[in-house]
Amino acid sequence: MYKLKEKYTISVFTEDVVGILNRVTIIFTRRKINIESIAAGESELDGIYRYTIVITECEENVIKIIKQLEKQVEVIKAVYHLDNDVVFQEIALYKVKTSVLASGGKAENIVRAHNARVLTVETAFTVLEKTGHKEETQSLFEELKPFGILEFVRSGRVAITKPMKTLASIVEAMEKETESQDNISNLFNLK
Amino acid sequence: MVKNNEKKKISGAQAVVKCLIAEGVDLIFGYPGGAIMPVYDALYDVEEELKHVLTRHEQGAVHAAQGYARATGKVGVCIATSGPGATNLITGIADAQVDSTPLVCITGQVAAHLLGSDAFQETDVIGISMPVTKWNFQVTNAQEIPFALAKAFFIARSGKPGPVLVDITKDAQFEPFHFNYTTFTGMRSYLPIPKFNKGMCEKVIEQINEAERPLILFGQGVILGNAESEFKDFIEKSGIPSAWTILGLSALDSDHYLNVGMLGMHGNYAPNKLTNECDLLIAIGMRFDDRVTGNLEKYAKQAQIVHIEIDEAEINKNVFANYPLIGDVKEILPYLTAHIEARTHPEWLQQFRELEKEEIEAVIYQELNPVVDQLSMGEVLNLINEVSDNKNVIVSDVGQHQMITCRYAKFKASKSSITSGGLGTMGFCLPAAIGAKMGEPNKEVIAIVGDGGFQMTLQELGTIFQFKTAVKIILLNNEFLGMVRQWQELFFDKRYASTTMINPDFQTIVAGYGIETNKVKQRKYLKGAIKTMLDFEGPYFLEVMVGKENNVFPMVATGDSVADIRLK
Repeated sequence: MYKLKEKYTISVFTEDVVGILNRVTIIFTRRKINIESIAAGESELDGIYRYTIVITECEENVIKIIKQLEKQVEVIKAVYHLDNDVVFQEIALYKVKTSVLASGGKAENIVRAHNARVLTVETAFTVLEKTGHKEETQSLFEELKPFGILEFVRSGRVAITKPMKTLASIVEAMEKETESQDNISNLFNLK
Repeated sequence: MVKNNEKKKISGAQAVVKCLIAEGVDLIFGYPGGAIMPVYDALYDVEEELKHVLTRHEQGAVHAAQGYARATGKVGVCIATSGPGATNLITGIADAQVDSTPLVCITGQVAAHLLGSDAFQETDVIGISMPVTKWNFQVTNAQEIPFALAKAFFIARSGKPGPVLVDITKDAQFEPFHFNYTTFTGMRSYLPIPKFNKGMCEKVIEQINEAERPLILFGQGVILGNAESEFKDFIEKSGIPSAWTILGLSALDSDHYLNVGMLGMHGNYAPNKLTNECDLLIAIGMRFDDRVTGNLEKYAKQAQIVHIEIDEAEINKNVFANYPLIGDVKEILPYLTAHIEARTHPEWLQQFRELEKEEIEAVIYQELNPVVDQLSMGEVLNLINEVSDNKNVIVSDVGQHQMITCRYAKFKASKSSITSGGLGTMGFCLPAAIGAKMGEPNKEVIAIVGDGGFQMTLQELGTIFQFKTAVKIILLNNEFLGMVRQWQELFFDKRYASTTMINPDFQTIVAGYGIETNKVKQRKYLKGAIKTMLDFEGPYFLEVMVGKENNVFPMVATGDSVADIRLK
């Protein structure tokens, strides 16, 4: 049976411990699922990290992955969403020769049309920043390409979910249910 | 001058030992080496309280810890040094992960300042073991030791049990600190036992009360959940025929009237066939392994499926559950038992009996009463049943003899069948039997091993010799890697590529370890030899030469439906 593959954003909330990123990615690599983008950072709660992972898979497999993620001892919560259910953004940086922008007209118009920001101007180069969905940052890339791009980088997707249940309420409920000794968990964070 | 509180400090290594004792551990298995030497030094002071068994290989240590854990229900503990010591544990850890065996593995590691420098005997055991542990943690300072070990034991034994690994750098083992131990009670990110859904129970109860042809499949969850008697009450009140997975074996008395046998590839005819005829399939503490289900596209499609399981990740993983019940089997089963109607299913049970008759005629009778001179593996097992009280712990290795053991050995007590199920680790048997015997010294522990698997870990005869471990070893020698040979016969045109074993004289080898031995080739000596072995006090090795090209049947071939199980 053909199963429709779609783009899913998976948000994983974990304790702040060494190695947890590896445990998370193993779940995907073991099943030979390519991680299209990943962004990691602290969440709104102290000591809880948030990973935003984008994959293209069928929902049935995504659900299995979510369960495997949540099975990991130090994963607090994992959720998945289609693009409609998240507000997401990526950031891209472009390094171009300053002379390209200074040569008048065309390149400057492209930058304006895309609402890109100028982050720094040096004699030799200028760094532009553009946030948006991949298609938007890619479109600026394509238009600047003829002028020569010295360096380009794009971040992984970061996403905020539309459903309103807060992480704090989820964590609170879990702490109640598990008779958690967070004083001890915290001791692992001896730096 | 040493300050007063300096005196109260102990080393990280001493702390490791204190933690183990605090967790109630009195027996560990291991092998010393450079990076774990401080812990060994600390063990030297507590030999009375905490016995260390020196195996002959780290793989032996981890399998022995597994055998100990499976026989006793307690956490098995093994220790090894860094580098090769740690990597030699990996097979056993992977085995414990897939078979849900609670283990705490402690490895030494190079000093923290050398991490990542390719130091002598340095290996990234945290990275290597990550996919096959329930949890792992690297300790780089002594203060972390009590918390890491407390957490390790909690995680290993709670919920669905599994192996954990704690890697301790050598400098942390030497470091003095103020020791204080508190057992671990919980962490917010890990809920070992989810609360079961009573609403779902109501639906399940209705299904059970209405079902005409219900079938129960039970696995190791019943044993791990200490729910053998709750399980028995449940099946007896519901009157439902119950079949077991290889890891569920011994949770229910072999001769119980509702025990309809073994599931899966080499399981019994009736439960496999009738899996595809039941109207309600109740899976309890099992995970629908592919060796149990055969082709999933043709698996129990006609049935409503209830899945009682502690691990939510197992729900809908392989087989869709119409009624998932996530939680502790020890709580769920009594709840169901209290609310279901007492029923019997005589006609349905009769269908099992009739298919069983077919299997007896086509397979079992010949296996147990061969007309040829060559001995069969089945008759060896049958004689063990006959001359013993069936309360033995039987440890098997992997292959034909394993399937024959599970098919024909009879069990009256739980936790008495120990075998490598999910991973199928050849070489598991001998060290696991050592661990089982050390954990349950008052039980008869019989290791049943093939000539292939025996040679994978036979160095552990040295452990048996040193510790005078009274295991009884039966080597079923067919001079072949029998299961692979069977597949070559059936599916590879009898091209016996590298399955012929030109074996050494096992009698001489075992005798060299000072172990009593015997070898049987003829039927008339077999029963006497088994009796002699069981009556012998101390370790004993009985080699039985069996038919070289015997096959294990019935069989569900790869890709076939369980209903297409073949009798020949």
